[in-house]
Amino acid sequence: MEQVGLFPVLAVSAALFLLGVIGVLTRRNILIVLMSVELMLNAVNLSFVAFARHHGTLDGHVFAVFVMAVAAAEAGVGLALVILLYRNRHKVDLDDLNLLKG
Amino acid sequence: MFEALLFYTFSALAVFAGAMVITRRNAASSAIALVASFFCLASMYAMLGAHFVAVIQILVYAGAIMVLFIFVIMVLNLREDNDPGWNLSPRAVLGAGVGGLVGLTVFVGASAARSMEFLPTDKLDPNFGTIEQIGYTLFSGRYLLPFEVVSALLTVAVVGAVVLAKKEL
Repeated sequence: MEQVGLFPVLAVSAALFLLGVIGVLTRRNILIVLMSVELMLNAVNLSFVAFARHHGTLDGHVFAVFVMAVAAAEAGVGLALVILLYRNRHKVDLDDLNLLKG
Repeated sequence: MFEALLFYTFSALAVFAGAMVITRRNAASSAIALVASFFCLASMYAMLGAHFVAVIQILVYAGAIMVLFIFVIMVLNLREDNDPGWNLSPRAVLGAGVGGLVGLTVFVGASAARSMEFLPTDKLDPNFGTIEQIGYTLFSGRYLLPFEVVSALLTVAVVGAVVLAKKEL
């Protein structure tokens, strides 16, 4: 990877993170919003691993493993909420959940 | 040369699959595109010397988490005709625009950093990224407490998911 350098890896990471942000902000399907969050977490993981290779230390890998554990917890609770929402409303539309909207 | 070619191929595929995730109306298509993106990322991790993270990416992400997603899509029987579509309100578009601008700023700042080279392979620890080395980093000293906290977090998440999704306890 020496001939590639750090910058292209960070560029891919930024592009994936941006795609995730756009997905979270513009989609109304709660499942696709959750998948966009996973995409953002993966983009961050790529940065962690790239910087670990850059410095030659393993702390980035440890953080990537932690991020994966948190993502698993988030997906579990998030999907339980989706099932609960669908049971009550028979929809997966995020715009339906506007009770707290000012 | 060959490695650079592989890297650019996989990064283009990963970004393309990421774009597919947020544009498909069918949630199942999005999930499959996300799995493709995860596999491309796993190959990039392997190229960056993160063998253990690459394996975990495929086992935990593409395996466990995405199976959970696809299972929920299947249980709810989501199709294209019950997809709620897009929220293109001025607020959301503005938010995406500002997010993009901030991302661009960080990007330009990063490109101005002094050293953008990877450590040469011959200077790298030959055990870099192996399970043994990650185990030493994880269990000796600094990361032991966060590791235990993560295990508590996972337990809480399991209990929370059961409490939420079960009709009556």
